[in-house]
Amino acid sequence: MTTVHTLTIDGAEVAAADGQTVLEVAREHGIDIPTLCHLEGLSDVGACRLCLVEVGGSGKLVAACVTRVEEGMEVTAHSELLAEHRRTIVEMLFLERNHICSVCVANNHCKLQDIAQDLGVDHLDLPAVNPDVGVDASHALFAVDHNRCIMCTRCVRVCDEIEGAHTWDVMGRGLAARVVTDLGTPWGTSPTCTSCGKCVQVCPTGALFEKGRSVAEGAKHRRPFLPHLRLIRDEGPRS
Amino acid sequence: MTGVLRATAQVCQAASCLAVGSEQVLQALAGRVERSGLADVVVKRVGCLGLCAAGPLVRIGPTGALFERVSPEGTGGLVAALRDATSTATPVSPLAPFFARQVRVVTENSGRIDPENLNDYVASGGYQALRTALTSMTPAEVIEQVRRSGLRGRGGAGYPTGLKWLTVAKSTGEGKYVICNADEGDPGAFMDRCVLESDPHRVLEGMAIAGYAVGASKGYVYCRAEYPLAVARLRTAIRQARQAGLLGVDLAETPCGFDIEVRLGAGAFVCGEETALIASVEGKRGTPRPRPPYPAAAGLWGQPTLINNVETFANVPTIIRRGGEWLARMGTEKSRGTKVFALAGRVVNVGLVEVPMGISLREVVYDIGGGVVDGRSLKAVQTGGASGGCIPAEYLDVPLDYESLTAIGSMMGSGGMIVMDDTVCMVDVARYFMDFCREESCGKCVPCRVGTTQLHMLLTRIADGDATLTDLARLQRLCGTVQRTSLCGLGQAAPNPVVSTLRYFRDEYLAHIEDRTCPAGVCPVAQRKVVP
Repeated sequence: MTTVHTLTIDGAEVAAADGQTVLEVAREHGIDIPTLCHLEGLSDVGACRLCLVEVGGSGKLVAACVTRVEEGMEVTAHSELLAEHRRTIVEMLFLERNHICSVCVANNHCKLQDIAQDLGVDHLDLPAVNPDVGVDASHALFAVDHNRCIMCTRCVRVCDEIEGAHTWDVMGRGLAARVVTDLGTPWGTSPTCTSCGKCVQVCPTGALFEKGRSVAEGAKHRRPFLPHLRLIRDEGPRS
Repeated sequence: MTGVLRATAQVCQAASCLAVGSEQVLQALAGRVERSGLADVVVKRVGCLGLCAAGPLVRIGPTGALFERVSPEGTGGLVAALRDATSTATPVSPLAPFFARQVRVVTENSGRIDPENLNDYVASGGYQALRTALTSMTPAEVIEQVRRSGLRGRGGAGYPTGLKWLTVAKSTGEGKYVICNADEGDPGAFMDRCVLESDPHRVLEGMAIAGYAVGASKGYVYCRAEYPLAVARLRTAIRQARQAGLLGVDLAETPCGFDIEVRLGAGAFVCGEETALIASVEGKRGTPRPRPPYPAAAGLWGQPTLINNVETFANVPTIIRRGGEWLARMGTEKSRGTKVFALAGRVVNVGLVEVPMGISLREVVYDIGGGVVDGRSLKAVQTGGASGGCIPAEYLDVPLDYESLTAIGSMMGSGGMIVMDDTVCMVDVARYFMDFCREESCGKCVPCRVGTTQLHMLLTRIADGDATLTDLARLQRLCGTVQRTSLCGLGQAAPNPVVSTLRYFRDEYLAHIEDRTCPAGVCPVAQRKVVP
């Protein structure tokens, strides 16, 4: 028997099963909460902070992707304050590295771009960091352009949790943190990479892309398969 | 050694005195005492004597005379003092006020016992509390005493310790863990280091009592590798306690078991955050994760885990030995007991002080600290490290307790206390702390990773004299987002030094921006040539 909770999200009464996250329930009920690091089928890390919602009148903001529903919860998913924080976070992401949509392989296929448009981020006001970060094109099929990486770590998680290769990981800290392959060696020389391409497919921006694609040609289509892969992995094949 | 000991020379062998040559002082003095044939005098290695600014320190027991800035050549006078030492003579020391206002609970053995000698600790009542707890108290009774003491977490957040213990005791799991957070990393803080270097057994005893109370049989001390002496003394203490049957299996001849291992941090400030610390102990990258679940429910290896800091555990043996009410009688309504502060910066008596909660900042800085160096005027006191704030001189009479400090925009924090005089520029201070946070951000969540860098860039703009009032508005907006949206305490508290200096020293910011001057003459803008 599943315990059912009732709660409100932005004033709308919703029902949820015990153990569900606020994000899951909101999306089931057609309430859109922006996310970048969350991807259905992967574990959640609560790192991008875009899905922050306010619970009760506490004033405290929590990440909807990792917050479990509780009976009688009053969730505010949209308010002027939350929109302001979300816009600032997106602004930070654009200024952290070198995002130039007009020359990006993922132009029109980019989650960061979509969210910026949805939230109305039309100018950048804070200081730009513009670091000198590299490109690793040593792999035969794929490349990683760190200029466009937003450190969502979806590639790290899909490689570890779904493919089981754990080729990707994070190295360095703070602004110097980078996703790396095999302890920071060139991707093309990786003995662990299976060249499955899952990392490329789950990357929300143009940081990971297939070689041979030009500006705006980097559409990624295979994401919906993840939950099914996850299910098979978790429950095993049905006889 | 035969006969009765008449006098001891306690030579501080903690890090700050060692750094100015107290090891040579110890050797020279021991040699002189031996040559002079004083058979009833012993020269002893002890932990921190408190007044670090005046090291190397030697204290003469039983008179209590304190000799400061002792050199190996200058130990001759000490021999004379030892020869004449009687328990009745009490010399008037110019340093008396430094000690008179202090109340020593956590540091009661500090500077008194040899930190590398178990017998010394036992002789001063050590491991009595553990025996009492194991043999004549139930775990619930132990927790009840901790609850009654009103002890709150000394790591900074001030969570009620008894409640935390109770939560872990009630959680169910395959095995529970006790972790001691010794990853002290706030700029200007050295309380935990001194406790570990001076009285390591006290922390181990506190942890073993906690293990019994919450039902854990395994403990870890997570200590930063930058504290080699503390680590060495901890390891020595653990080895001695195991040999004496005070750690391991069948503790103190009872069926209870508890063992402790040391884990070293690799130099990340964020690993003082409990979930990052746990990840690091597990051998993973030291990054925090969202809570809940809290470590009390799912911590190390997913099991219920009790995490307290060094000073919190160091309070525990005293609470069990003297009863919770004894500690609760000290301090204020909501903040009981004492607090150890690392007094640093532009203050005369730099060192380690332990005071009852609720004492005013003025008493600490002027009565105990001896006032500001060179007789200059006090501008602000910074408490709480990189997560705290600057308290301006007009709030000097605010009592030192958790709530009062939070109310004026700072925090208790772990106990760092940096005194600043009028030669200090508050924009520079804010920039320094932001540089620290930027360096120490783990990079997991966006607001802390990017926001701290952008805050630092804006503060640099102000310090360079390149900022406009719009930049000041940007600074404030960014502070709000970083505080509200960061994943862990590091990011959430990173803007505090900026927010508190903006609140109390806004005119200094405006001087940098509108007049392009640095009133204290510290920032780069002060060196800027004025273009006619």
